[in-house]
Amino acid sequence: MAAITMRGITKRYADGTEAVKSVDLDIADGEFVILVGPSGCGKSTLLRMIVGLEDISDGEMRIGDDIVNDRAPKDRDLAMVFQNYALYPHLSVRENMAFPLRLQKVPEAEIMKRVEEAAAVLELTENLDRKPANLSGGQRQRVAMGRAIVRDPKAFLFDEPLSNLDANLRVQMRTEIARIQKKYGTTTVYVTHDQTEAMTLADRVAVLRKGVVQQVDSPRNLYNSPANLFVAGFIGSPSMNLVPGLLTGTSLQLPFGTLELPSDVAQRLGNAQAGERQVIVGIRPEHFEDASMVSDDVKGQGMLFQNRIENIEWLGSELYAYLPYTGGDAIGRQLDQLAGDLDMEQSSGDESQLVARLDAASRVREGEDAEIWLDSRKIHLFDPETGEALARPPVA
Amino acid sequence: MTATTTAPASRKRSGGPVKTTDRAKAERNLGLKLAAPAAIIMLLVTAYPICYAVYLSLFRYDLRVPEENAFVGLDNYVLILTSGVWWEAVLATAVITVISVAIELVIGLAFALVMHRAIFGRRTVRTAILIPYGIITVIAAFAFRFAVQPDTGFIGDVNPLGGTIGSFATIIITEVWKTTPFMSLLLLAGLATVPEELQEAAKVDGATAWQRLWKVTLPNMKSAILVALLFRALDAFRIFDTVYVQTAGQFKSQTISGLGYNALISRVNLGLGSAISILLFLMIIAIAFLFVKGFKTNLGTVKGED
Amino acid sequence: MTASTIGAERIGATTAPAKAGTTKGAAKQPGSGAIWKIGTAVIVAYALFPVLWILSLSLKPAADVGDGKLIPTNPSLGNYRDIFTSGEFVRPLINSIGISLITTAIAVVIAAFAAYAIARLDFPGKALLLSGALAIAMFPPVSIIGPLFNIWRATGLYDTWPGLILPYMTFALPLAIWTLAAFFREIPWDLEQAAQVDGATPYQAFRKVILPLALPGVFTSAIIVFIFCWNDFLFAISLTSTEAARTVPAATAFFTASSNFINPTGQIAAAAIVVTVPIIIMVLVFQRRIVAGLTAGAVKG
Repeated sequence: MAAITMRGITKRYADGTEAVKSVDLDIADGEFVILVGPSGCGKSTLLRMIVGLEDISDGEMRIGDDIVNDRAPKDRDLAMVFQNYALYPHLSVRENMAFPLRLQKVPEAEIMKRVEEAAAVLELTENLDRKPANLSGGQRQRVAMGRAIVRDPKAFLFDEPLSNLDANLRVQMRTEIARIQKKYGTTTVYVTHDQTEAMTLADRVAVLRKGVVQQVDSPRNLYNSPANLFVAGFIGSPSMNLVPGLLTGTSLQLPFGTLELPSDVAQRLGNAQAGERQVIVGIRPEHFEDASMVSDDVKGQGMLFQNRIENIEWLGSELYAYLPYTGGDAIGRQLDQLAGDLDMEQSSGDESQLVARLDAASRVREGEDAEIWLDSRKIHLFDPETGEALARPPVA
Repeated sequence: MTATTTAPASRKRSGGPVKTTDRAKAERNLGLKLAAPAAIIMLLVTAYPICYAVYLSLFRYDLRVPEENAFVGLDNYVLILTSGVWWEAVLATAVITVISVAIELVIGLAFALVMHRAIFGRRTVRTAILIPYGIITVIAAFAFRFAVQPDTGFIGDVNPLGGTIGSFATIIITEVWKTTPFMSLLLLAGLATVPEELQEAAKVDGATAWQRLWKVTLPNMKSAILVALLFRALDAFRIFDTVYVQTAGQFKSQTISGLGYNALISRVNLGLGSAISILLFLMIIAIAFLFVKGFKTNLGTVKGED
Repeated sequence: MTASTIGAERIGATTAPAKAGTTKGAAKQPGSGAIWKIGTAVIVAYALFPVLWILSLSLKPAADVGDGKLIPTNPSLGNYRDIFTSGEFVRPLINSIGISLITTAIAVVIAAFAAYAIARLDFPGKALLLSGALAIAMFPPVSIIGPLFNIWRATGLYDTWPGLILPYMTFALPLAIWTLAAFFREIPWDLEQAAQVDGATPYQAFRKVILPLALPGVFTSAIIVFIFCWNDFLFAISLTSTEAARTVPAATAFFTASSNFINPTGQIAAAAIVVTVPIIIMVLVFQRRIVAGLTAGAVKG
């Protein structure tokens, strides 16, 4: 086991494009770090540079105390679980798991002992003599993990390991991976485009966009205090609502009403609040509520507004209401770009929609107006030009 | 693999190391080195002889009368194209090609459907169909010759190989028997690419089995059919072995390859023979060209569904 | 598409939907079984009938050859004894085996290099090589026998093993390149990297992972190339004149014209069976792979 330290890690191609741009990242010994981002953000390239399948154009990669830039993959002592598992089809499960040990010339008895142990942990004992072709997707996934475990490597690397599984199995294997990582306490770097995986598994998450690390933080901090628009939009499902706002003093004018900034936010904004200024306001769906469900003492801490309910999705434990509003196009360009980065559909025209997560007991009805409450304390503010967060709430 | 999508277009499917300039150069060199032996051998034994054949075809070049060798320009070609024997051979070749390939397409398609659907004896049928493929053409030709000739066969006292129609029929049946398996395997591969869902959708839409074949299956395997037809037509047009064994070119069944062989090897008239073989070569190119043109127009419409 | 299906069956494990394709669909049609069963029977009869007729002839003594019966009344192995005691068959058989094996070995090795380059590397002329190979495969052999005849006589290659091996190579190579390239494309090359991460040197990764996966494809191509060489007739009768290099198909054809055999039908039939049985056994054993190999290149192309 070892820490992984990256300094100025860059991947540059022959034509000059940079897939990974000067990444600094410290992964502590035993830590579970997830690299997350939309496709093309450079996360897999970064992972492959750690393991040595991709050359490092610039920067320094350390595993433990060693600089490994010029080491072949086999000399880095890392184990990797590939997206397609990369099981050797001509070898049995047992031999697949034994493969790295045989290459290390570990004594036969020791190999069998370790394989049996790993198989027991992964519940593969009964399948040890089968070929990978005869296994289910989940079992293949386990074999791939078994091959990593038996080696007791310096770190586990996972490249989108769950993306080939169906939804149920994905959840199941997710807990499995968490369990195994805890059991062995091995440093783990895990790549995914699925933010749910990132949020549920990681000690810390590094969000990448176009080869640049946007924010590295605990899942909780990423969610509560995104550093910029991109992270705000990427983390959370459904995504954060992003609406244009006009800030005048401590009053914030939104397309559907005006709210008074809570004093701590106003304070953190400091002298940035002089005069009038355009901002992008981020509101998580759960920070809306059906006004009739909010107790009076809390109501004062937020803003009330009337809005038509276009559509309702009732999920039993909660309810999503879609609220149309106009005037969202003021920040269209910024959001279009964001949408492009996130592979999302962006509504065109000036009719936009808020997504609000309401109490399941709410009686709002489709096609009718309802009074909605917005928790002013939970809003996020972003600079419309740079996308950087303004007056970020302090991280926990 | 998501991250590597930012790489230049040359990204490999395997997701292998994306290249730096040096690596690309090294890869290119290695590629050329690995491909060179194959390319050189193929060139040496085809391109060179073909050029030599073109050269020979412009000469009077008869090994029996070497003293008369002389440059004659296109005289050989004129001689051939104005001779009845040549056109007879072209006709025979064309008749054999067209009829046998047409029959093969029909039988091959039927076989492919059986192989695609058969649950029972799936392995048996796929193995059986490979037997004609594995048998030497000359042997197949003998088998059919023996089967039809009165002194060794079982069809009676009339010798089909004693007349034009019987000769052609025997040759075509032999060709069909020997090469239908290849055709049907190509078609089977094409069939496998037609999604089963389309069949089910058509069934739900009320199509009969026959309608499903014509309106769903066949249109969706057009390119496989064209590939199979192209391969077989080009192959059939070179027919030699069967005719040599069964009729030796009698009863108007001499093919172009046979004519070429006779001129080149039996009569060692290399000038005339080369001219014949060059003409055959050009005809093969023309057939391939027509097919490829047919492909292009067809692939244009098929592509969207792939 | 078949290529990938077969690839999946062979290579299997690495991708989730391993069992798509060939078996799909068939199982869903239990209702109309009878037609397909009859069809199956028809195909089997179609494939076997001429072989059975030849087999029957080969077992008949000369007197019975004309009896028109499928089951020989006085079966005997006389014809087989004749052909094996007469040099007219044994020597060509050795020639056929030797020439076909040598051609196959060389062609598959050279083609494997080229196919690896085509499947794995980016280099100029790749498309040209593939289409050139296809063009040559379609080429009429009669177009080059004249020049080869002339050159071979001048260089002493006429009527020798190399004199046949060389032209066979030209046609064997395209065949092998296409099938091998199709197979190589299906190999999950990622495994090479996985092996390296697992601690293998590049050579170990090749020997322990890639080679075992590539061998079935190489083997299949070898069978197909071998069958091609085994089958050739035109080169064999054009570029040989004596037993020195004459192969079975050529020799069989000449049984009729010049031979000690009075009525060569039985002997030809016996010879036919002798050269056919090994092929049939090969086909029986490697059925699936041959089907894959024959269609892989075609459908992809």
